[in-house]
Amino acid sequence: MKDTIRVASGQGFWGDLQSAPFDQVTKGPIDYLMMDFLAELTMSILQKQKQRNPEMGYARDLVSIIDHILPVIVEKNIRVVTNGGGVNPMACRDAIFRCAEKRGIRGLKIGVVSGDDILGRLDTLRDRDIHLDNMETGEPFGEKKHRFQSANVYFGARPIVEALEKGAQIVITGRSTDTALTYAPMIHEFGWAWDDWDKLAAGVVAGHILECGGQATGGNYAADWRSVPDLAHLGFPIAEAYPDGEIVITKHEDSGGLVTVDSVSEQLMYEIGDPSVYITPECIADFTSIHLAQEGKDRVKISGVRGKPGTQFYKVSMSYSDGYNAVGTLTYAWPDALEKAKKADEILRTRLADQGLHFDEIRTEFLGYNACHGPIARAPDVVNEVVLRVGVRSHDHRAVEQFGKAIAPLILTGPPAVTGFAGGRPKPNDVVAYWPALLPKEAVRPQVLVTHN
Amino acid sequence: MKIQLLQLCHARSGDKGDVGNVGLIARKPEYYPLMEKYVTAEAVKKHFEGICSGKVDRYPIPNLHAINFLLHNSLGGGGTVSLKLDAQGKTLSSALLRMTIDVEETITV
Repeated sequence: MKDTIRVASGQGFWGDLQSAPFDQVTKGPIDYLMMDFLAELTMSILQKQKQRNPEMGYARDLVSIIDHILPVIVEKNIRVVTNGGGVNPMACRDAIFRCAEKRGIRGLKIGVVSGDDILGRLDTLRDRDIHLDNMETGEPFGEKKHRFQSANVYFGARPIVEALEKGAQIVITGRSTDTALTYAPMIHEFGWAWDDWDKLAAGVVAGHILECGGQATGGNYAADWRSVPDLAHLGFPIAEAYPDGEIVITKHEDSGGLVTVDSVSEQLMYEIGDPSVYITPECIADFTSIHLAQEGKDRVKISGVRGKPGTQFYKVSMSYSDGYNAVGTLTYAWPDALEKAKKADEILRTRLADQGLHFDEIRTEFLGYNACHGPIARAPDVVNEVVLRVGVRSHDHRAVEQFGKAIAPLILTGPPAVTGFAGGRPKPNDVVAYWPALLPKEAVRPQVLVTHN
Repeated sequence: MKIQLLQLCHARSGDKGDVGNVGLIARKPEYYPLMEKYVTAEAVKKHFEGICSGKVDRYPIPNLHAINFLLHNSLGGGGTVSLKLDAQGKTLSSALLRMTIDVEETITV
């Protein structure tokens, strides 16, 4: 068993800093690179892509990133764990194999974790009396009201550990929890037992810190953003893990950013609910037990983490089509910028009403004035300019289309000193609504396949 | 004395559906008791009047000198349904830092 392993974060979301993974594998020693690509609604976008082309449905950025780092990770024997496989991890694997072939790399072992995609099984589950009711709104699943576009189970570390045990150098999953990408390597390397709750929970905490990339190392740093060195070359976090469950969060020396108790605390607070009940498929971590200490420059030690057994359920992320939306903007300049923007909004709403169009919602915001903080914002003495931003949502496609056509005319038929109408008419977008649910664990089984080229 | 939370705390916020989460963290451990005492769920609910139309849950995390707040019904429906510029509640954190508390204690910041 190794004395320590270093798991590095390479992507915090699909579209994150493209240079980060290469920096992580080249600027210092690491054993594992984890990359998170999936937000709650990414899977529905990927399902659409796969419907159009059966070869698609995964994070294409992942393939170009792997192509770039492949010679380095093969030479240094760095292993990669990522959920960028989306709804088509097999096609993603094949695309990576093609990169390997092109580079003359043979014998590359890739593990694929699948079985999370239950879209095709929803009716069967319903027939078996398994109800995927909306866990946030309580809306019942049984009514077949919605046509679901995606349905994915959040698997945890178990199938990833299995793929690592079978020798995979790259593990590609579908919908895995973000945290599992970090703690699976720790379980694999240190042989932590599946009921060693405190150690598993320590791994989960490390995973939560790594899953948003640079947000733990000085990105979005509210404590003192001016003090963050060289954000342009921000180093992403690295979890240095020890067999006893101790974790040190750090980053490569030759990189920007910082690792402080404040930077780690901020990330710990990100998107959590009840801090004593952080649920994962393998355990429940208690964030009220975490002890943080600055151990050295850019080194924060995490200790004392307590965990307890997980639940009988997997979380399921589903999505369904819920109408259309569009957003249009216009910019009004001094004098009376805000007053003019408000008048333009009024004119726009009158014209839409004149057409008898039905909208579920019309929302107006004034950017530069109070769009972010609303009624909490302090009104400035003089508004030099303001962006009028109007958004609409409707199940009537035509209504949203007509809204798009009603923005530009305001330039010549509304209040003066208006500009910033660029990019043409706002087009209707599909609104995809989110439906989280719980599924009994025995109803589904992850599949693990490790192959080499 | 009146003091703005920005002087005592830093914060990060995010979303889960239509619920915004704001993690409020003490800039120094000695500020944490003030947060505990004065930044109540009721005070936060009142501060977010016009933004948060649901309840406010409050979870102290003394080990991190932090409190997590859940602001229900605050994101215009949440996710991709929301028409808000800040549909994911990223700026709820700095909105909470605008809050002023009136403390009995004398403190220097």
